[in-house]
Amino acid sequence: MPMSKPLSFGHGPQQPFKRLEVHKIAKMGSLFRSAEMTLCQLFLQSEAAYACVSELGELGLVQFRDLNPDVNAFQRKFVNEVRRCDEMERKLRYLEKEIKKDGIPMLDTGENPEAPQPREMIDLEATFEKLENELREVNQNAEALKRNFLELTELKQILRKTQVFFDEHEGGVNPTDSMTRALISDDSIARQSALGPVQLGFPEKQFDSEEYYPCFVAGVILRERIPAFERMLWRACRGNVFLRQAEIETPLEDPSTGDQVYKSVFIIFFQGDQLKTRVKKICEGFRATLYPCPEAPADRREMAMGVMTRIEDLNTVLGQTQDHRHRVLVAAAKNIKNWFVKVRKIKAIYHTLNLFNLDVTQKCLIAECWVPVLDLENIQLALRRGTERSGSSVPPILNKMDTPEDPPTYNHTNKFTTAFQALIDSYGIASYREMNPAPYTIITFPFLFAVMFGDLGHGCLMALFGAWMVINEKPLAAKKSDNEIWNIFFGGRYIILLMGLFSMYTGFIYNDIFAKSLNLFGSGWRIFNVSNADLKAKDVFELDPRTTQNYLGTPYPIGMDPAWQLAKNKIIFQNSFKMKISIILGIIHMLFGVVMSLFNHLYFKNRLSIITEFIPQIIFLSFLFLYMVMLMFIKWFVYFANVEEDDFVYGTRCAPSILITFINMVLQKRTPYEPNCQTSSMFAGQTGLQYLLFYIAMICVPWMLLAKPLMIMRARKQQHAYSVTHQQMASATENGDASQQVVGGAAGGGAGGPGGHDEEPLGEIFIHQAIHTIEYVLGSVSHTASYLRLWALSLAHAQLSEVLWNMVLSKGLQVEGWPGGIALYVIFAFWASLTVSILVLMEGLSAFLHTLRLHWVEFQSKFYLGAGYMFQPFSFEVILDSASQSKEEP
Amino acid sequence: MPICGPKCSLCGIIISAWGIIQLTLMGVFYYIGAVALAEDIPGVEFSGDIKDLNQFYAKMDSGFQQNALNCWIAALLYLITLAFSAHQFWANNRSSLSV
Repeated sequence: MPMSKPLSFGHGPQQPFKRLEVHKIAKMGSLFRSAEMTLCQLFLQSEAAYACVSELGELGLVQFRDLNPDVNAFQRKFVNEVRRCDEMERKLRYLEKEIKKDGIPMLDTGENPEAPQPREMIDLEATFEKLENELREVNQNAEALKRNFLELTELKQILRKTQVFFDEHEGGVNPTDSMTRALISDDSIARQSALGPVQLGFPEKQFDSEEYYPCFVAGVILRERIPAFERMLWRACRGNVFLRQAEIETPLEDPSTGDQVYKSVFIIFFQGDQLKTRVKKICEGFRATLYPCPEAPADRREMAMGVMTRIEDLNTVLGQTQDHRHRVLVAAAKNIKNWFVKVRKIKAIYHTLNLFNLDVTQKCLIAECWVPVLDLENIQLALRRGTERSGSSVPPILNKMDTPEDPPTYNHTNKFTTAFQALIDSYGIASYREMNPAPYTIITFPFLFAVMFGDLGHGCLMALFGAWMVINEKPLAAKKSDNEIWNIFFGGRYIILLMGLFSMYTGFIYNDIFAKSLNLFGSGWRIFNVSNADLKAKDVFELDPRTTQNYLGTPYPIGMDPAWQLAKNKIIFQNSFKMKISIILGIIHMLFGVVMSLFNHLYFKNRLSIITEFIPQIIFLSFLFLYMVMLMFIKWFVYFANVEEDDFVYGTRCAPSILITFINMVLQKRTPYEPNCQTSSMFAGQTGLQYLLFYIAMICVPWMLLAKPLMIMRARKQQHAYSVTHQQMASATENGDASQQVVGGAAGGGAGGPGGHDEEPLGEIFIHQAIHTIEYVLGSVSHTASYLRLWALSLAHAQLSEVLWNMVLSKGLQVEGWPGGIALYVIFAFWASLTVSILVLMEGLSAFLHTLRLHWVEFQSKFYLGAGYMFQPFSFEVILDSASQSKEEP
Repeated sequence: MPICGPKCSLCGIIISAWGIIQLTLMGVFYYIGAVALAEDIPGVEFSGDIKDLNQFYAKMDSGFQQNALNCWIAALLYLITLAFSAHQFWANNRSSLSV
């Protein structure tokens, strides 16, 4: 057994499998609430600590607490190791940069090497050191060679370009004759007039050798500096120099930055020593490089030959250097990902070890950590593996601790639920062991979205996109794109798929596919026997539902009748239907939220809140708003279009408006009705029932407002009296401690729960309760109205898609004759792109945000506290992910 | 030989696949005379005076047939576009692989 363990661990792929099974078992109890957590103390033997923490990092189920928060980062025990890791990471980053610069592909096998032993760290360090030094040396050499190469090329260019200048002067025609005159001092002009044009750049033979100075300099300068350089020279030398310049056509490589730069060759003619120093200074100031340039053409030719051969030599040497560098980098590229993983793991382990406390004997490290109770066994196993790996004989000790602190919230998620949990978490992390709305959101979120986005065609597009992402999950995830928008879409792929499927369903119910209707089962409406006279008489035909002349008497089996697509009163009819549907869905959603609060109260054994909050809340909501929903159903079932005298009271004329009925119920007014209808109520005793419901609902308001604070006040008084009497008894019996504890326990039971009111002053309790009550009562009204956004957005979506069809695609269909086909071809592409960009993307985003709001505000405000904090386990997976991401950002 | 880029060709593939499916179906619906699509038939006035009912029906029928054909023509054009884009896509993939 002990032998097989480390072996099985050695095989990487087997281990996650084993862990997955354990996860499955653990998940059973924790779908609706966050996992049960416990604070544990962990004693690790110093030698085994590293291996154990490494195993825990692979497992990723333990959140360590910082036991020395007042010790700064530089005084911790393993600061030296962390620093070494930092250094290694720096070297790796340098290597990586060089590899990227050469465009060598880095091998990413996706393998996950385990954290190496501490002693292997030295080997790694040595390897990286060697690599870095080698690389730096190669780079330095290459740079020196390149600089040399640059200089030689520049010299080559100078020799070539200046040749032209000299040639110009030698060939009798002198275009600069007038200019050269100005350069030459007065006395020389006198001499020159006899000698003819001066040949610049050549020692004038008639002067003594002492008087002779080389009267030109040649060099190379950045091309963009030329104008400034020229002006500067002119001004500083008062026009007594002569500058010629020529551009070097090919860009040259700057050896230090590696950029391609354009340069120009220049040559300056002047006379005199002072001018020379001045010119040289200006050249220096402009970062121009000056090169010696012999005057005699023969020397120049010879020099050019020399330069050419040296360039040849340099080229071969440079090639060899590059080859060497490439070989080194290719070798490094094979391992660099692996090394990164190793170094980051070591660093993470030492960081974690820094959080631990050292035992007085220095023999063991003490850690405190939050762990999920169900995973304790996994953790024990991991610790045992770690001990065996380190060869230590003393097993680590893990024992539970009691703590008054709130544990972190940890929801087990898989790839499907993660996105939904993220929606909930972005509102607020659930309090510990609070009801988690995520499981219900999986259904309600896509459904409410679909109510707003109901279109079979658009839903189909969305579902196809989602399905494509889900089917190609693995290859797409392996790509690891940097594109933020793509990552958002990909992270929510299951939400998108579900939203698309649900939208297809609601689109089918609304009978909308790209704003057209499908007549799948045969419409319930007919027009019989239309004559020419009828056609002339009226534009619009009225289809009467009261008789079977136009209406077959059986409704369309499922969804909206396709005849409505052509009806003039389509919107009026659909509004009535969609508004009612939105309110019905909204009330059910909110009631469900209130019921969830009951489960919270039951779980936290908060009887007081059940009596003083849950019961009045549910009564208030159902007696007013659920009743309104009932009225809607009654109206749908009782009233129908008919022509019979007997059924007149159930006819269309007598059907009361739900909204007016409800408003009058609250305002205590009588609803007016037509005399023929006999009554305004839908059923016998409606008025009386409404009075009753309304008064009971109104009683709930003071109940919610006052009951809880009053109960707490009474409990406190009793407690006080109780403890006073007990204290008297205690002082008599001298047994105070025990009775104090009894009192404390009783108080906890009475007014405890998650938000224990033990310490809160009574005034604050009253104010809090008042705020909660007002929020709930007003919220019931405003939230109910808020669900009308389901209707509003669905109307907007339907109208927008209809407009798009009529304004764009219809234009293509209405072209007569054969060209219509080609017009349709062009316009369809336009229509399709508009459909995707406006209707699916923009409208989809808007419906998504509204759905999110309905969940966060209308639903979760009924039960969700969201005052917890996230469980952040020490996990290599997370650390490596975030490290690789932050690396890609800059 | 790639003319348009990988994104452009992908876009072409998606739109033509969509176009082929939708336009073929719409052609079928026009062919069987779907009332829902009648509004988009050219040259037919629904309101105003219609002189002869039979003439109106005849005009409607020919309009349905014409539009069905037009839809199929457009679908055929998209079939060509699909073939072209698919070839482009393939060429792009090949060229990116060979480099």
